[in-house]
Amino acid sequence: MAAFLCVYLLGMLESLTDRMGQALRNLRGVGKLTEDNMAEALKEVRTALLSADVHFKVARQFVEDVRQAAMGQEVLKSVTPGQQIIKIINDELAKLLGEGTTGLADKKPLRIMMVGLHGSGKTTTSAKLAKRLMKDGYKPALIACDVYRPAAIDQLETLAKQIEVPCYTDRTSQDVPKIGRTGWDWAKEQERNLIIFDTAGRLQIDEDLIGEIKKLKDKIVPDEVLLVADSALGQEAVNVAKHFHEAVNLTGIVLTKLDGDARGGAALSMKAITGVPIKFMGTGEKTDDFDIFHPDRMAQRILGMGDVVSLVEKAQETIDEEEAERLAKKMQSNEFNLEDMLAQMRQVKKMGNLGGLMKMMPGMNGIEIGDREETQMRRTEAIILSMTPTERQTPRLLNASRRKRIADGSGVEVKDVNQLIKQFQQMQKMMKMMRGSKGKKMMKKMQSMGGMPGMGGGCGGLPGMGGGGLPRF
Amino acid sequence: MKSFFSKFKEGLKRSTPTFQKIFGQVGGIFSGKKLDAASIDELEEALYGADFGVETATEIIDEIQAAYRKDKELRGQDAARIGARVLERVLEGAEAPEDWLGEADPAVICLIGVNGSGKTTTTAKLGWKFKEEGKGVVLGACDTFRAAANEQIKTWADRLDLRLVASHHNADSAAVAYDAWQAAKGDNAKVLILDTAGRLHTKGNLMEELKKIRRVLQKHDETAPHHAWLVVDGSLGSNSIEQARKFHEAFGLTGLIVTKLDGTSRGGALVGIYRELQLPIYFVGLGEAKEDLQPFSVKNYTNALFGLEA
Repeated sequence: MAAFLCVYLLGMLESLTDRMGQALRNLRGVGKLTEDNMAEALKEVRTALLSADVHFKVARQFVEDVRQAAMGQEVLKSVTPGQQIIKIINDELAKLLGEGTTGLADKKPLRIMMVGLHGSGKTTTSAKLAKRLMKDGYKPALIACDVYRPAAIDQLETLAKQIEVPCYTDRTSQDVPKIGRTGWDWAKEQERNLIIFDTAGRLQIDEDLIGEIKKLKDKIVPDEVLLVADSALGQEAVNVAKHFHEAVNLTGIVLTKLDGDARGGAALSMKAITGVPIKFMGTGEKTDDFDIFHPDRMAQRILGMGDVVSLVEKAQETIDEEEAERLAKKMQSNEFNLEDMLAQMRQVKKMGNLGGLMKMMPGMNGIEIGDREETQMRRTEAIILSMTPTERQTPRLLNASRRKRIADGSGVEVKDVNQLIKQFQQMQKMMKMMRGSKGKKMMKKMQSMGGMPGMGGGCGGLPGMGGGGLPRF
Repeated sequence: MKSFFSKFKEGLKRSTPTFQKIFGQVGGIFSGKKLDAASIDELEEALYGADFGVETATEIIDEIQAAYRKDKELRGQDAARIGARVLERVLEGAEAPEDWLGEADPAVICLIGVNGSGKTTTTAKLGWKFKEEGKGVVLGACDTFRAAANEQIKTWADRLDLRLVASHHNADSAAVAYDAWQAAKGDNAKVLILDTAGRLHTKGNLMEELKKIRRVLQKHDETAPHHAWLVVDGSLGSNSIEQARKFHEAFGLTGLIVTKLDGTSRGGALVGIYRELQLPIYFVGLGEAKEDLQPFSVKNYTNALFGLEA
């Protein structure tokens, strides 16, 4: 029950604080994003980016750029400045990640050279890419240019067989540029119009091996040079991308192993440093597990604050502004009745299932909301619906016989009805309290919370609500 | 054969100007120059850049700043020493215990990890190391999933003249483990090294497969596998901590091998893993050649990172 009320109250408080905050803002003219009201959230964002392995400098620069751009923007009615800036960061992140085209050069024949560190997934990606482009009408051939790793050629050959694509191999030669060139001719003879060159893994600082792909590049003149990079790369990602880009002029990045749980900050680092578009992503071990890169999904993954972002979005989408306004006014004028409670509950419900909603509340992750609470909410709704409109508006009419009737009508016991009425009374008491001086202080405190922080510790942690302030349910 | 120290340092020197500038001997903030606010800022950047993670980076910065408050004459070299000392403290106990191989006959070492971390190469290098030490060794090719994984390990086994037990593609990996143990026993081999398929730590069904390997091994020897090592790519960031945690939960790790430290990566994530799970780091991988696998030394690692002499 406590948990249920937690949500319920939160929904209520949210709307209440928003309304009251709105009033305060209008009074004081603080409806804009400022250094102060963004500071806390920006700090959290920076930490989030760093712990997602975004390069230190990139994280700092990115946050700074967005801060500057956001300064002075109007704060939306129904969100806090902290929430708003997180949403802005998220959107900018998606924008930056999505810059450039995910498409490949529109050519037939199309030649693609794959490069990258050891174990990043070049060979698998080569096959996946071939398979995917077949859907676009290409006839691919794979050319095995990894002459170093034992059995790399076998691996490519096996994959080629799986996806039914011809594969060129030369197990006798170590001359990679020559293999590439001969492979190209061979593919032409086979009337293939997509030629993918799989190269060996190499360190970006290995001069000999970097020299080798430069020579290969000169021979095969690829239309696309794709860097295949593990999405779990650390701070090194910047150096890797930069050096490969300098050496062979990358045209795209493929992020791999996104079926893991890496936050993938490397993607942002590489994009920010090189400006090379991220084109594809690998999402599993099967040759079909491959997709066009989705910047918005990646942004949420990196920032790890998708909860706040979707909360802001959802709140904006679903909360009926006028209805909320009406309810808030009622709350303030002590006319709040059971009908309003029902309306309030429905507003909260509109935002999605309770468990999901709760997860979206920053700091509320620890609280488990399950079917039990959902059931309880439905039951509460049923009880209120079994009352006559007059009863809902004037709850003090509810005497014992009315309560019995309502219990029967909604299929619950009288004690459930009693409990609901008791809760309602306590809520009314709280409203009264909020209008007093104590309440104003609390509102101020909530205003300064900036959305994210301060909510920690679940409901008990709501500032100003500890101690004797809030009636215990 | 180059030492871990020189090889690792060489990698660091070859590129990453920022790192060299900051951690290097000459001209950086860890030189004889006096520290100032700007260089401490730079230092913070370098520490984050090493993938140490927020906790360790903060700890090092705090200690250097405390020392700086006491003594404004503090020089870069002193800061480097402080950094190395903090890191050594964090990594205390991170080296492999003595006589870790144990008395089991054969001692079974299971190498596990995500795709592309370097398990197969490490299996080969490790096998070669035991062979050089005169210990009989058998390799088990338990990666029956990845295309041509069998061929890869077979090439290594041929090249290094190592006994290999393998099956066919898509065979039951646990059955390979079972057979490999028998072969090792029959050969009187001291060590059995099992190379498993790469799997992301987020895939529950593949974790079950690992557990099956354990169960099957235990039909032969209840104490097997004696060593379950996670092979971690040293160029990865914080996710390797998550990898280690999940593999540890699912399979029970006894140690780590950190690979690909011949590049410019500082492998700082190993610090995070050690902080979190206290698993010793047995070896580090420093290249593609057979001898490029070396025992991990805390002292060497921290000194190389901070540009101090060994």
